[in-house]
Amino acid sequence: MELFWYIVLMTMLSIYVILDGYDFGAGIIHLFVAKTEKDKKAITNSIGPFWDANEVWLIAAGGVLFFAFPTLYASSFSGFYLPLIMILWLLIFRAIGLELRGQIHNKIWETIWDKAFGVASLLLALFFGIALGNIVRGVNLGMVTNGISAQEPHYFFLPLWNPTFSPHAEHLGIIDWFTLFLGIVGVVALAIHGANWIIFKTNSDINQKLKKLVFNLNFVLFGLVVTSLLIWHIIEPKPFHNFLEYPWLWIFPAITFTGLFGLFKVKSFKKDGLGFLFSSLFLFGGLTSTVASIFPKVLPSTNDVNPSLTIHNVAADDYGLSVGVYWFVIAAVLVAVYMFVQYRIFKGKMDNVGYGEH
Amino acid sequence: MEDMLFYDRMQFAFTITFHYLFPQLTMGLSLIIVYFKWKFLRTKIDKYNDAAKFWMKIFALNFAMGVVTGIPMEFQFGTNWAKFSELTGGIIGQTLAMEGMFSFFLESSFLGLFIFGEKLLGQKLHFLTGFLVFLGSWASGFLIIATHSWMQHPVGFEILENGKFVLNNFSALFSNPWLWPSYLHNQLASVVTASFVIAAIGAFYILSNKHREAGQLFLKTGVLFGLVSSILVAFPTGDWTAKNVVKHQPVTFAAMEGVFETETGGSEIILIGQPDVENKKLDNKIAVPNVLSFLTYQRWDAEIKGLNDFDESVYPTNISGLYYSYHIMVGLGTIFIGLMILASVQLFRKKLYKTKWILWSLMFMLPFPYIANTTGWYTAELGRQPWLVYNLLRTADGISPTVSSGNTLFTLLGFIGLYLLLGLLFLMLAGKIIYKGPETSKQL
Repeated sequence: MELFWYIVLMTMLSIYVILDGYDFGAGIIHLFVAKTEKDKKAITNSIGPFWDANEVWLIAAGGVLFFAFPTLYASSFSGFYLPLIMILWLLIFRAIGLELRGQIHNKIWETIWDKAFGVASLLLALFFGIALGNIVRGVNLGMVTNGISAQEPHYFFLPLWNPTFSPHAEHLGIIDWFTLFLGIVGVVALAIHGANWIIFKTNSDINQKLKKLVFNLNFVLFGLVVTSLLIWHIIEPKPFHNFLEYPWLWIFPAITFTGLFGLFKVKSFKKDGLGFLFSSLFLFGGLTSTVASIFPKVLPSTNDVNPSLTIHNVAADDYGLSVGVYWFVIAAVLVAVYMFVQYRIFKGKMDNVGYGEH
Repeated sequence: MEDMLFYDRMQFAFTITFHYLFPQLTMGLSLIIVYFKWKFLRTKIDKYNDAAKFWMKIFALNFAMGVVTGIPMEFQFGTNWAKFSELTGGIIGQTLAMEGMFSFFLESSFLGLFIFGEKLLGQKLHFLTGFLVFLGSWASGFLIIATHSWMQHPVGFEILENGKFVLNNFSALFSNPWLWPSYLHNQLASVVTASFVIAAIGAFYILSNKHREAGQLFLKTGVLFGLVSSILVAFPTGDWTAKNVVKHQPVTFAAMEGVFETETGGSEIILIGQPDVENKKLDNKIAVPNVLSFLTYQRWDAEIKGLNDFDESVYPTNISGLYYSYHIMVGLGTIFIGLMILASVQLFRKKLYKTKWILWSLMFMLPFPYIANTTGWYTAELGRQPWLVYNLLRTADGISPTVSSGNTLFTLLGFIGLYLLLGLLFLMLAGKIIYKGPETSKQL
C-alpha cells in the first residue's frame, strides 16, 4: 500500500516539476532573453492559461503527501520551515507579477512586475534544486548532538545555512555547496525546459535565438550532470547500490540521458514540440533517478542514533490508505479528462490569446 | 513554549482570515454568475451576458487572490502544526487531499476556459464551464467544512497507543452530524456576501447615474438573492448549527451566549452587554427573558447550562472574544434580514430605484457581510479552543516542536507585509474594474 502511494506521489511530483517547471523556465527566459514588448507578450501568452492549473499539482501533491505520509509531511515541512515559507512568498510574488503587469499600461509598472515575475521564477528554480539536494544529503533527524537526541527521532530543524557551507557539518544548513550545486543544475535545466516550451507554443521572433540558447545551455547542463555524478559519492558513498540490486532501475538514468542527448539535436528538429519532450524526459529521469537511488528512504538521517525516514515508517495506516485508492482513481480519471479538454482547446500556437488584457 | 503557541496561532489566524475574504465572495458569486448566464441562454437578452462577463472579471481577480493565499494554508498544517498533522494526518489528510484532487483541478481547468473561451466554445458550452467552476468551488467548501467538522466533532476513528488518530470508517466523515448544517450555513453566508456586493455595486451605479441599466439588474438580483440567503442563513441553517453546539459543546454555547449562571425557569437571551469574565457577570446588559430557552429547546422554561456548571479547565480560551464574535455575527445577520426585506418591499412596489436612503444603506453595507462571515468563523474556531480535536487533542500539543517562536514571528511579519501589499493591489484593481463598469455588447 505504501509503495502504491509512493509511486502516486512521485508521479504527481514529476508532473508538477515538468509543468510548473516550464513556466518557471519561461520566467527565467523572460528575465534574461526577452527584450522587446513583443517577445515578453509571446512568453506570457504561452503560459497564461496554464500556470495556475500547473500550481494545482503542487497543492494536490502536497495533499497526497499529507494524507498518505503524514509523518514525513510533518517532519519535513516543520524542519524545512523557512525555505518553504519563502517558496510560498515567491509563488505569490510570481503570481502577482504575471497577473498584474497587463492591468496598467505604464512603463514603470510593467518593469516592476516583469522583474518580480522573472526573479521569483529564477529563485524558485534554485530553491527546488536545493530542496532535492537536501533530500539526497539527509538531515540531522532528532537534532542529535554528541549522540543525544534533542527532539523526537523524526523531527529536526534546519537554518538556511551554517557558516561552513559544508554538507558534512554536524549542524547542517539548507544551503551548502552541494545543495547549491543542485540548485544551479535546477536553474539551467528549467531555463532549457522553459525555452523549449516557448518554442513549442509560439511563433515568436526569439525562437531561433532560443534554439541556439538551448543548444549552448545543454553543454553547460551536460557538464553539470557529469560533475554531479563525480561529486555524488561525497554525499552518498554507495550511490549505485540500488541500481546494482535492481537493474531495471537503470531505466531512469537511461531516460535522463535520452533527454540530455536528444537536446543536442535541437537545431534540426522538424517539430517544435520535440525539444520540450526531451527536456521533460530529462527532468523526469533526473528526479526519479535521484529518489530511486535512496529508496526506500525518503529522508535519510545523517546521524547513527535515529533511523532514516522510509516509506514504511512515515505512512498512514492501512485502512485509510486503501480507502483512499477508490476516490483517488476516480479523481485521477477526471483530472485526465480536464487536462485533455484544456490542452485540446488551447492547442497549437498561443501568440494571439491576449493574456492579461482585461 | 507559550510564545511558540501564540505566534503559531496568530499566523494561522491572520492568514486564514485574510484568505477567507476571497473564497467567501467567489463561492456565492459563482452561483449568481451561473444564474446570469442561464438567464441569458433562456432570454437571449444581452444585458444578462454582459452582467455575467462583468462579474466574471471580479470573480477571476478574487479567485486568483484565493489561490495564492490558499496555498499557505495547506502548507501551514505541516510547517506550524506538525504534531497535529502527524497525529491526525491519516484522517484530515483524506479530506484535504480530496479537495486538491476533486475541486482545485476542476476549478482551475475550467476557469481558464470560462475566461478565455466564450468565442471558442459557443454559449452552451460556455455556460457549462461556468457551472463546473461553480461546482468546483462549492465542492472545495464542502471538503474544507468536512475537515473542520471532524475537528469539532470527531467521528469514524480510533486512537492508537502512540497517540495517532486512525480512520476506521470513511463514510462517517461525510455523515458527520456537524457537517451538513455547517456546510449549508457557510454556503448561504457566502451567498449573502455575494448578494450584498452585487447590490452595493448596483446601488453605486444608480446613485452615481452611471451604467443605469446594469445597475438596476445588479440591484434587483442582489436584493432577491440577498433576501432569500439572509433568511435561510439564520433559519433554519444557523439554528441547526447552534443546536449542534448546544448538544456537543455545551460549554462553548454558554460562553457564546454569555450565560454565566444556570437559571431555573428558563434563560434570557442577551442582546447587548460586556462580559466580565473575571467576576463571571455581564455588564450593561439588555436581554429578553426566556427567549434563549425557547429558541434552543422550544420550551420557555427549559434549562440552559451556564458557565458556572462547568469546570474551568474546559472553558473556551477566550470567552469574551467568542461572545463578541457570536453577537456581532447574529446582530449583523438580523440587520441584513431587515434591510433586505425593506428593499424587497420597495422593489415589489417598483420604487426601489428611487428610494435613495435604501440605496445608500445597501452601498454602505458592503463590508459588513465580510465582518459577519469572519466573526462567524471566529465563533466556530474560538468555540473549539483550547482544543484542536474537540476534547481529544489540545492546541498546545499540536504545534511544530522544532520551529522556534522567533522563526514564526519572522514569517508572520513577512505575511503581514506581503498581504498588506496584496490587499492594496486588490482594492486598486477591483476599484478599477468597478469604476469602468460593465461593457455593453451591441444588439445583434
